[in-house]
Amino acid sequence: MTTATTFVGSSVKRVEDPEFITGSGTYLDDIKLPGMAHMAILHSPHAHARIRGIDTSKAQQHPGVLAVFTGKDTAGINPLPCAWQAGGVENHVNTPHVLASDEVRYVGDAVAVVVAEDPYTARDALELIEVDYEPLPAVVDPEKATQEGAPQLHENAPNNVCMRWTAGNQEATDRAFEQAEVVVKQRLVNQRLIPTAMETRGAIGSYNPGTGEFTIWMTSQAPHVMKLLLAAFVLNVPENKIRCISPDVGGGFGSKIFCYADMALVAFASRQLGRPVKYVEDRTENYQWTTHGRDHVTYAEIAGTRDGRITGLRVRTYANLGAYLSTIAPGIPTTLYGRMVPGVYKIPATFVEVLGVYTDTAMVDAYRGAGRPEAAYLIERMVDLFAREVGMDPAEVRRRNFVPPNEFPHDNGVGMLPYDSGEYEKALNRALELSGYPEFRREQEEARRQGRLLGVGLSSYVEVCGVAPSAWIGLNGQGWGAGLWESANVRVHLTGKAVVTTGTSPHGQGHATTFAQLVADELGVPMEDVIVEHGDTQGTPFGFGTYGSRSLAVGGSAILRSTAKIREKARKLAAHMLEASEEDVVWENGRFTVRGSPESARTIPEIALAAATGYSLPEGMEPYLDETSYYDPPNCTFPFGTHVCMVEVDRDTGETRLVRYVAVDDVGNVINPMIVDGQLHGGIVQGVAQAMWEQGVYTEDGQLVTGSLMDYALPKASMLPNFELDRTVTPTNVNAMGAKGAGEAGTIAATPAVVNAVMDALAPLGIRHLDMPLAPEKVWHAIQERSASQKEER
Amino acid sequence: MATRETSKVPVNLDINGEQYDVLVEPRRTLLDCLREDLGLTGTKRVCDVGNCGACTVIADGRTGYSCLMLAVESEGLKITTIEGLAGEDGLHPVQQAFIQEDALQCGFCTPGQVLSVVSLLERNSDPSDEEIRLAVSGNLCRCGAYPKIFRAARTAAQIMSSK
Amino acid sequence: MIPAEFDYYAPTSVQEAIGLLQEKGPEAKLLAGGHSLVPLMKLRLAAPSVLIDLNRIAELRGIRSSDGGVAIGAMTTHSEVESSPELADRWPIFHVAGAMIGDPMVRHRGTIGGSLAHADPAGDWPAVALALDARMHIAGPNGERVVPAGEFFVDMLTSALEPDEVLTEIEIPALEGRVGMAYEKFRHPASGYAVVGVAAVVVTDGSGSCQDCRVAITGAGPKATRATGVEEALKGRPLDEQSISAAAERAGEGMAFLGDIYASEEYREHLTKVYTKRALLAAARSAQG
Repeated sequence: MTTATTFVGSSVKRVEDPEFITGSGTYLDDIKLPGMAHMAILHSPHAHARIRGIDTSKAQQHPGVLAVFTGKDTAGINPLPCAWQAGGVENHVNTPHVLASDEVRYVGDAVAVVVAEDPYTARDALELIEVDYEPLPAVVDPEKATQEGAPQLHENAPNNVCMRWTAGNQEATDRAFEQAEVVVKQRLVNQRLIPTAMETRGAIGSYNPGTGEFTIWMTSQAPHVMKLLLAAFVLNVPENKIRCISPDVGGGFGSKIFCYADMALVAFASRQLGRPVKYVEDRTENYQWTTHGRDHVTYAEIAGTRDGRITGLRVRTYANLGAYLSTIAPGIPTTLYGRMVPGVYKIPATFVEVLGVYTDTAMVDAYRGAGRPEAAYLIERMVDLFAREVGMDPAEVRRRNFVPPNEFPHDNGVGMLPYDSGEYEKALNRALELSGYPEFRREQEEARRQGRLLGVGLSSYVEVCGVAPSAWIGLNGQGWGAGLWESANVRVHLTGKAVVTTGTSPHGQGHATTFAQLVADELGVPMEDVIVEHGDTQGTPFGFGTYGSRSLAVGGSAILRSTAKIREKARKLAAHMLEASEEDVVWENGRFTVRGSPESARTIPEIALAAATGYSLPEGMEPYLDETSYYDPPNCTFPFGTHVCMVEVDRDTGETRLVRYVAVDDVGNVINPMIVDGQLHGGIVQGVAQAMWEQGVYTEDGQLVTGSLMDYALPKASMLPNFELDRTVTPTNVNAMGAKGAGEAGTIAATPAVVNAVMDALAPLGIRHLDMPLAPEKVWHAIQERSASQKEER
Repeated sequence: MATRETSKVPVNLDINGEQYDVLVEPRRTLLDCLREDLGLTGTKRVCDVGNCGACTVIADGRTGYSCLMLAVESEGLKITTIEGLAGEDGLHPVQQAFIQEDALQCGFCTPGQVLSVVSLLERNSDPSDEEIRLAVSGNLCRCGAYPKIFRAARTAAQIMSSK
Repeated sequence: MIPAEFDYYAPTSVQEAIGLLQEKGPEAKLLAGGHSLVPLMKLRLAAPSVLIDLNRIAELRGIRSSDGGVAIGAMTTHSEVESSPELADRWPIFHVAGAMIGDPMVRHRGTIGGSLAHADPAGDWPAVALALDARMHIAGPNGERVVPAGEFFVDMLTSALEPDEVLTEIEIPALEGRVGMAYEKFRHPASGYAVVGVAAVVVTDGSGSCQDCRVAITGAGPKATRATGVEEALKGRPLDEQSISAAAERAGEGMAFLGDIYASEEYREHLTKVYTKRALLAAARSAQG
């Protein structure tokens, strides 16, 4: 035995909580700097228009206004960068200027800023800016945008196509379809979602004219990346002259990964005015110009045999990217979606074609799950439609097509890295057992005889997380413009207290707890002696940030590398202190002992004291226990599971009642079960919400209809059933912990489970498919139509 | 640079048992006054139009939206914010229960959730599951911590009744 | 979100409020809880230059008996109405409908008078007021007048109140006989407002037939409306599922419907029938129970 495991695997209470529970957390808008001025942004009310002129004179004269800037003033700031282009194909790149000066391309495009003594004055002065717009025709639908005659957004992107990307074997797939006994086709819309982190985004810029240094506080999931992008691409200042700080961040769900105009604008304004400048978007702005998610129109076809074996999958997707490319937008519908469409199934031939399309809408980028929810929805809906076509139970069709446990690592045929490990049938069986699936089928039959519409839906998913090996994801592979390793530094101070700094940047995930659990066990110290620091580029090693369920699998691995280095050095020093030979010193029960004489022992704090004082060190050893690691994973990780949803649909109104929700997830080994359960709950809530309620809607001329929480239906406590969770554990060999990742699994799994359940409920009426969200009216209309035509048939 | 002339009015506020005299514009909301004038930043701004519960305070024993209450309207009310819950003997039972049951993730909606549960338990020491659900139905949590928030409310009720 | 500037007055009597309204003119708005008005101001969809806060006028608060019926002060909060024991006994619809308004925070600060005067087409109280045949007491420069609920809701966001008038009290007349009442609501998942809300009051005799009934619909159209066709169809008929179903089919007759991205005109029309039936069935159960 080498390690005394005390904390890992147990539901340790979160160390983050006491601060948040008392309202003493420090989020961006809680920060006040001396002399701080306030910025407000004027956004375009038009979806597409030419700017003929902007008159800022009245605003400039408004008492309390310090400055008004337009695109002319910010001409020296470069457009925001796109850091992840679709790999292996040409991308017609168009990214936004921080302020538009000649043309606006969506409602929310920024055209001017006011900086004033206080937010009230800044807001009032926005009303005094006069912009002369010449409205132009707009297009919001990604499919229509590619058609002849559609309004064009960018000169370099004919038919508004940013890129055409493919994966898989087209020839083999076409052949599979020619030879198929059964082919099922369906157009699927994966609707636009608005991430809606509780905390809106914002930034504070502070320029120090003495040193020429910028400090930028930001609501970011990736402050190091922001520092790099702002320095090297946007502001053209040396990277060592920018410090980015993410304080406490109130949720992100992807929308806070990206580089936004306001980050550059507060830095610019601060330099111009010689004062710190704060900008916090309001909820209307958040809805208009912070990134949205999903928005695919897909034509899917599945081929198979009458006995329920899938032989081919063909997919053509129009992915709406919005008016410009956000920071990693093209990578989402390609690498993270296109390469995951086969899901948990062994499909002999798959071909995927993705068109990335510009439209006059807010930029679309990663939103919780990022590509994998769209992939899971596609394959799980298609498998259900296929099961219905061949007249088999959807559970049985899934079982027949799963990648079997002995065939890992598994190559899915569309260029994803090999799936690491999986026991798909085990998770399915557990979910069926827990949900009482066979009993529900009997109950359903009885209910159908009474005219009641009960349904059950399954979703057997696999997702890719723990992204990613740099050599695979990078420029010569998947097009990501950097690496995707992660970093950590672990120091044990003279008094035995440990500080962990990480390049990841949590915003609700509980890293300070999970990472401290890892380190406390590895160093044999109490958890309260370990603190985790993150979010400040000055004082943490460069890291790529928190998204893609990667922080534990990649960031946690970097921490373990550092603790391993500390243990190795400590062992040498322990041997020196114990006057034993190094080979005889072993790690036991959280301390070093001499083999055969357990009474001679040294703990890490004792060794840290010796290392820090440096009075007596072995020949050549440097003082202090302080180790940094950069960990590049050998593969991604592939969590999986099966979710089961049971619903009842009200025939009279089309309303769906969620009756039960059972989730069996396999996220590999678990460090803190309590935190993982919370991540799964949250993921499921968001996934259910896509199926049932959420939809970002633009009018045809590009006005955002769902521009507030009065219109965009976020799930409320009263709208959800209880969730019944269970886990199977199939460790991964990709990292030392055997952990896969849990941040997005729930979202990825839940959406198709709910939709499949509603479609199952409506099956007796002959309804095959309805697009999300399954709003009551849509369901009611479908029931009406089918009831009418069934009457006619009789 | 000229400073804007505004007609500010004096207001006396009773927050967490302390008296504050502030000079505010009539259009200043209680939320802005708490956060900007009094430095009580535990009350959070999310939707800012009375539809999410993040800015919840307790006013005369009842929860309310501080983003819709004007500071001038709030004179005479006994207002409790998240900062006023913990006493000398430590955290309020609802706060304890939220930690125990892991009822928060990013923490941004948490002050509002906690105050809604506090207000519920002040009037109903043994709420049913449905009453708990309805009591926090105005408090959005994008992290989706709802199942654990329900559990925390039940646990808090137990802690409070055992005292 | 920051409203435009305004001046603020907090009168302590109705007379003072009316005086202020006259003095300040049409740019002045009454603040009666602010849960409809303040959001509009923060979104800069409304920018009154003067706000007159009714919150300090004690005479506008509270619930008292009145001539066999009851009178509810306009500044009584939704939750005070919802939880009032004197209302719960004879007018349980106040508890039922009150509990469906917004969320607890809205109910604690928003007022019944504010809600009625705002005449929001999706508010819950307008349907209740119509179904109970409430009498709206209005004070103005020339004294008090009483407007029956049926004449109070003029159009979308427009009530019978003149710019210099204050809604002071909502009087609910007594109901004779065996009375049942119910409110059924199809809730918008985001706003919590009524996509369709139906308030129903039935009066029955010993034989179980409908002596009298009133049905009012909110949410479906530009203003809350009585469903007189339904009422006619049900009066004199037995309060059973068959006659209620038949009567409910007439819900929406002569009504204009609203449509939006969440619910089309056609769907609202359909929901009006379904929810009328549900409300009448629930009201009939409570009358017979």
